[in-house]
Amino acid sequence: MSPSLWLLPALPATAGALLIPVRRAAPALSVATAAATLGLAVHAAVTRPSATARLIFGEGLAVDGLSAVMVVTVAAVGLAVLVFAAGERRSGRFHGLMLIFLGAMLATVTATDLVLLLMGWEVMGAMSYALIGYRWRDREHVRSGAVAFVTTRAGDLGLYVASGAALAGGGGLALAGLPGLPPPWRDLVAGGVVLAALGKSAQGPFAFWLSRAMVGPSPVSAFLHAATMVVAGAYLLMRLHALLAVTGWAAAVVAWTGAVTALLLGLVAVAQRDLKQLLAASTCAQVGFMVLAAGVSAVSGGAAHLVAHAAVKSLLFLAAGAWLAALGTKDLAGLHGAARRFPLVGVVFAVGAAVLAGVPPLSLWVTKDAVLAGVGQPGLRVVAFAAGLVAALYAGKALAEVWRPADTATATGTATGAGAGAGTGTGAGAERRASGGVAGAELLPLPVLALVAAGFGVVGLPAVHGWWSRLVGDPGAPGLTAGELALSGIPALALVTAAIAVRPGTSAFPYAGGVFGRWLGLERVARGVVWGPLLGAARWVAWFDERVVQGAVEAVARAGLGAARLAGSPFEAGLDDLVRRAGGAVRRLGGLARRPQTGQVHTYFAQAVVALVVLAVVFAIVR
Amino acid sequence: MLNVVVFLPLAAAALLVLPGVTARAAGRIWLAASAADLALVITLWTGYGGGLAYETRVRWIPTAGAGYHVGVDGLSLPLIAMTAVLFLLCAVQSLREPTRPKAYAALFLFLQTVSTGLFAALDLLLFFVFFDLSIVGMYFVIVGWGHGDRARSALTFFLYTFLGSLALLLGFIGLYLAADPHTFDLADLTRRPPDAGAAVLLAIGIGLGVKTPVVPVHTWLPPAHTDAPAAGSAILAGVLLKMGTYGLARIAVPLLPGPWRSYAWLVILIGLVSVLYGALVALAQENLKRLIAYTSVNHMGYVVLALGAAGLAGGPARAKELAVTGAVTQMVSHGLVTGALFLITGVLWDRAGGYALGRYGGIAGRAPVLAWLTAVAAFASLGLPGLSGFIAEFQIFTGVIGSGAVVAGALSVVGILITAALFLRVLQRAFLGEPGELTPRVTDVRPRELAAIAPLLVLSLLIGLAPRPLLDLIEPAARAVVALAGR
Repeated sequence: MSPSLWLLPALPATAGALLIPVRRAAPALSVATAAATLGLAVHAAVTRPSATARLIFGEGLAVDGLSAVMVVTVAAVGLAVLVFAAGERRSGRFHGLMLIFLGAMLATVTATDLVLLLMGWEVMGAMSYALIGYRWRDREHVRSGAVAFVTTRAGDLGLYVASGAALAGGGGLALAGLPGLPPPWRDLVAGGVVLAALGKSAQGPFAFWLSRAMVGPSPVSAFLHAATMVVAGAYLLMRLHALLAVTGWAAAVVAWTGAVTALLLGLVAVAQRDLKQLLAASTCAQVGFMVLAAGVSAVSGGAAHLVAHAAVKSLLFLAAGAWLAALGTKDLAGLHGAARRFPLVGVVFAVGAAVLAGVPPLSLWVTKDAVLAGVGQPGLRVVAFAAGLVAALYAGKALAEVWRPADTATATGTATGAGAGAGTGTGAGAERRASGGVAGAELLPLPVLALVAAGFGVVGLPAVHGWWSRLVGDPGAPGLTAGELALSGIPALALVTAAIAVRPGTSAFPYAGGVFGRWLGLERVARGVVWGPLLGAARWVAWFDERVVQGAVEAVARAGLGAARLAGSPFEAGLDDLVRRAGGAVRRLGGLARRPQTGQVHTYFAQAVVALVVLAVVFAIVR
Repeated sequence: MLNVVVFLPLAAAALLVLPGVTARAAGRIWLAASAADLALVITLWTGYGGGLAYETRVRWIPTAGAGYHVGVDGLSLPLIAMTAVLFLLCAVQSLREPTRPKAYAALFLFLQTVSTGLFAALDLLLFFVFFDLSIVGMYFVIVGWGHGDRARSALTFFLYTFLGSLALLLGFIGLYLAADPHTFDLADLTRRPPDAGAAVLLAIGIGLGVKTPVVPVHTWLPPAHTDAPAAGSAILAGVLLKMGTYGLARIAVPLLPGPWRSYAWLVILIGLVSVLYGALVALAQENLKRLIAYTSVNHMGYVVLALGAAGLAGGPARAKELAVTGAVTQMVSHGLVTGALFLITGVLWDRAGGYALGRYGGIAGRAPVLAWLTAVAAFASLGLPGLSGFIAEFQIFTGVIGSGAVVAGALSVVGILITAALFLRVLQRAFLGEPGELTPRVTDVRPRELAAIAPLLVLSLLIGLAPRPLLDLIEPAARAVVALAGR
């Protein structure tokens, strides 16, 4: 027990909330907070503390091996991203929200029960909304944030149901106890968890929100893809792999969803013309490997893949962000020559792309094979292997495009700083003010990330592999064989070389545009199948409410008035009179609404009391 | 002391009507009375030791078996506290009411006594008197200080809820007649529940259902909210709606356990329909106030759903207690958050005189503080963890599903998704993006408005992060309700 563990999520979250109104000092304070958080994370990873508190049932945080890996990864990427963002001098709102985001992720990966997990999980979703829609004056950005929040929350509903099912099953909400629940409840919990995780990790049909999320600032993309939100789903599945395995079907669903997403979204990445879109699709694909790992209980490989991917993806997004700031474009054609013009960014980007491609001896090559080593089913293995080769294609494409010499499509990013139109990047896809240069301090994290991204493959060395597997709680993980490594490494190398050498005549690969270019049309499907009908139902129910429900109430009121008038007027007045009065009654109806204004409430009161007494008498007699 | 809490505002109101009291003095008296009342409620809370406390029992109409009997427990104390907070903050927001300020203050003080008295009442007739007086008070608030088609809205509100209250009285009379010996005393009736049938539950259910309101007897709510002044809407949604669900938990469940259990599925169904129907209609609204009114239908639907689950046969008692605790938490949370949302609409009306979402846009640029307040209130209302709505709704969902109503629970969860979508639409259309037609008229919140709205959100945050003090108070009472329902 060490209550200080609460500081780990609470420090960044509280500091973040306080930082929101701060103006000038925000970047420095945020970097300091992130650094302190990294210190806390390392301390927690070493000392492995746990802490409990009572919110609803008796919740707790704890750091075991897997959580230790996660907290250090999350805090380190957080620091790297915030150092980069500090160079761009973003506002207190930006830094504050990022720190709350960080705190929420830290709570998610250390929570020992569904309540705290869900709390961190949903706050992350809200922060992603606020950060994706950071430039709120543009309604399209806000809409993208809303799409991210609503889509991931649709998955989150699974966790609410899972919590109820865990309670119904007689167990508590502790994560460790979930696999031991009796059958129908166990399956319901697993179903809820899988839904939530796939939504958060943008797997399968949920992938589209990640494409929309790209309108957010680049540091947000880096953080969202590398160490929060998207990997939270993969983490949860790895944490609960025993639950998935014990149901049987859930493990298979997860494994196949991960593998198929890795393949299809890999092809989507190949088809993109926009660097950030390419990277986003590649995130879906790479997280697919982690999800696959959870499905086949290859936690050792999956966790290693997560860490290596965190380093490489934050690196690539920050590099893309640096070019976007300098040149005002993220269009791949517009980025021709970008690597040559800013060689430091170009070199680290090249390292990152090579890692992403799975080129030996870099990290993802090793970690991906560690995942594949755990896949027994031949069909699944083929899909996953093919997905690995596709990774070489999209990484090679990105690498080739930015290292091509500058040409007519290149964004110049000339910034003179004065006059109309100055400071706007020119060339293909120019979309925002270009600064024309890359600052110094903000690039500090890039070489560090490149080093980790390249070197993390050491977990594959036999001496390290055993230690790592024990650390993340998967001691029986199979070691890697040279044959398997060669089988995946050599084609990857060949494909990347080919991608660089081919130099297609047009800047984009031939199959850009089609269904893969449009992210498989997933957003259109979601809009057409879910959002459109929901909105239609809302309009219809609103109409029904106003016309039918309220209409019936008004009809009853009118009938009451009519009946009263009928009773009041003597029938002896004759049919003519009745018809005339009926006409008059209709005319007067409109005026009636004004009548009660004259303060006649007391009459209604009196009438009601009379009715009441009558009813009471009737009641008493009938009984 | 409870009697002082109940009648202090009324005494202050009587003071206001004296000739010679200026409008300024009236405002000061209003504020002082509400603040003193809140201070007294805090004292009550700190001194509360469990069970039924601060009881007063005086003979009132002995021939009818009715008495003046008040007291508090874990069910009523949170609501009394929330009522005191909300009335004080409404006083802060409306201190400078330009039209007939004395009457306005007196009316709110009157309503405060009525509301507090209802939550403290331990006698059915006393409960009924306060129940009806709340309708009268709110009628005058809407008709006197509302806007738009206020006379019609106020009349609809009055007739509809008054008719509902007649059904309630019928039900109470049924309870009285079924009890042996005949009595209206809630404590006595709870000890020895009358052997009353489903017809009595139906009468009470209609009466409380109209007030809550549940679908399909909710249509008085949107016009009343739309045309009421902001503080009136805040009280109507924050306090008056709770009278319905509080009545269910205090009267219907413990006094009619048999019928409640028999018709638990119907209650669950009504709750579920209210949740989804309210959320869907709210999603389609263009008028911000109507939209918030329909989210109230949605939020109160969760409370009804949870109370229905408490009547389910079988299922672990732990889950049912969780559901009831969630229901009471939801009443408090909804009071705070929806109160804040309505006070925010009051700021918009004050500046620009319109509620149409489409005529605003980009308010965040003109009024950043107002936009932040709205964002926090919206996220609290859609149940974001860290704010009170999550604590309430999580307990309700988990408790309802845990009690065995898996399908109803799983369907009701969809409500928070629709609520999320509709509040993000509000933010997107009115507060973010490019400025709209009315946006130039919007200025940021004044200190007085901030002082009224911010404390509600701070309380929501406190409950969201550290719910234990509140839950420790509610849980024993929820356990008692579940035990009484199981008799």
